[in-house]
Amino acid sequence: MANARLGRTEQITGWTFIAPALVLLGIFMLYPILWSLWMSFQVGKGMNFNFGGFANIVRLTKDPVFIRALVNTLTFLVVQVPIMIMLALLAAVALNDPKLRFRGFFRTAIFLPCVTSLIAYSTLFKSMFATDGIVNKMLMAVWIIQEPIHWLQDPFWAKILIIIAITWRWTGYNMVFYLAALQNVDRSIYEAARIDGASGWQQFWQITVPMLKPVILFTTIISTIGTLQLFDEVNNITQGGPSDSTLTLSLYIYNLTFKFMPSFGYSATVSWVIVLLVAVLSFLQFVIARDRSK
Amino acid sequence: MTDQALPLATSRAERRTRSFNLPGFVARTIKYLLLSLAAFVSIFPFFWMVVGATNRSVDIGIGKATFGDQLFINAANFFATVDAPRIFWNSAFIALVGTVLTLAISSLAGYGFEMFRSKFRERIFTLMLLLLSIPFAALMVPLFVMISSFKLVGTVAAVVLPGIASIFIIFYFRQATKAFPGELRDAARVDGLNEWQIFFYIYLPTMRSTYAAAIIIVFMANWNNYLWPLIVLNKPEQKTATLVISSLTSSYTPDFGMILFGTILATLPTLIIFFLLQRRFVEGMLGAVK
Repeated sequence: MANARLGRTEQITGWTFIAPALVLLGIFMLYPILWSLWMSFQVGKGMNFNFGGFANIVRLTKDPVFIRALVNTLTFLVVQVPIMIMLALLAAVALNDPKLRFRGFFRTAIFLPCVTSLIAYSTLFKSMFATDGIVNKMLMAVWIIQEPIHWLQDPFWAKILIIIAITWRWTGYNMVFYLAALQNVDRSIYEAARIDGASGWQQFWQITVPMLKPVILFTTIISTIGTLQLFDEVNNITQGGPSDSTLTLSLYIYNLTFKFMPSFGYSATVSWVIVLLVAVLSFLQFVIARDRSK
Repeated sequence: MTDQALPLATSRAERRTRSFNLPGFVARTIKYLLLSLAAFVSIFPFFWMVVGATNRSVDIGIGKATFGDQLFINAANFFATVDAPRIFWNSAFIALVGTVLTLAISSLAGYGFEMFRSKFRERIFTLMLLLLSIPFAALMVPLFVMISSFKLVGTVAAVVLPGIASIFIIFYFRQATKAFPGELRDAARVDGLNEWQIFFYIYLPTMRSTYAAAIIIVFMANWNNYLWPLIVLNKPEQKTATLVISSLTSSYTPDFGMILFGTILATLPTLIIFFLLQRRFVEGMLGAVK
């Protein structure tokens, strides 16, 4: 329809609006992607490399550090994303209630963490979660734990700390998407459900979640991509330690490229593992979302 | 406003007719308790940051949560350790240039994709959405090699250029443009404005909320950007506040009092922008999701 109406000059005008973006995307996105795909089949150090076929892929399977980074990254993904999405949804539903008092305060408070700078929040978490720090002190004061937890020194608790940190930072961000989408849900549906005797919990699972499915899918994919690329937090709070227990794929790529003797080919291969994971997981999420709607 | 007033009125009527119900009261109390807990957890680190900046590093390490008297000493240490004006200027300059260019290029593209549709451009748009799922880690190495071959390592251009055409922001503007009233555009055409004039004189002022939300998102992303500047900024005098303060924490005995003072300064700009544009931010998000 619109296509037929566009004249020749309009076609040209259309291109001029998007041309600057397309040129930049071509240079800084498309070209690097193709380049890195080609690189992942090259072996060698620094700028001396030659074609190695599948040598890098074989190396992946034999590299214990890569496997640890992969398992860590997937652990963060599987544990953190569902918790965060659930918390964000519950907060959004609670805040969408027009009878709720102090709505503005609660909304701003829960959104506030994602306004902080990355560096502020990793520093804060590092100091709050010290062994003698405020968090252990508070947990001991309310009798949740008896002994201080070694958040930064224990491989298990270091992972938990990273999960807490990301959840703190991003829950409010996801909540805003749900709050915005909830504005479009007609309140009379809830009225009808209440008259039919549906409990709040039933309303949540049978009305809210299905209605918000497109947004939930969108935020889940965005969060999956974000978690698979996890770098800033682990580099600043735990430096990947203790003993690689919080090493992620992105941090490993960074180490391979900029800390050790650079092997661009191998690090490009590791980065394509992330691309593949994102592609497979996004696809799965789409399929699951479609199945549920039937 | 009106849709908020209505449920309030019915609830008042309900309250008058209905007798006190215990389960409802318990559920409400639990809801407020959980929301208060969430608010506490969200805000506490900010409180901790301010308190920490007034304490000695030792006291922060043992979890002292009351105000101390070290604020000026921490401030003095901070200004003595880092070249504060320079690093904040570097951060501000990169964030401002990045934000202005990203908004200009990406909003033009978002508008263009929505207003001038053609089959070919729709295909390009679909391809772009697919590229959105490619993580930065995959681009980092080739980008770095490319930037070094352009001899751009250590320049603002190196930091800013790769992010200007943001697929996410283009997508966001295209979604928001769907709400731009077609009558406004038609009227402007009748008045003899050309397409670029329509964009600058009609679209820009109408879409203020959309731009405000985008400014918050893009400014925060640029101000907080860490990994890419860490890679391409190699000279000490070019480092941003984020990079320098981050390097302070990785020393063996970090002076947390001083560092927390620095983090307050590093957080202020994004906080200020958020509170200035907060109302427009919510409106802008609503516009894009609808």
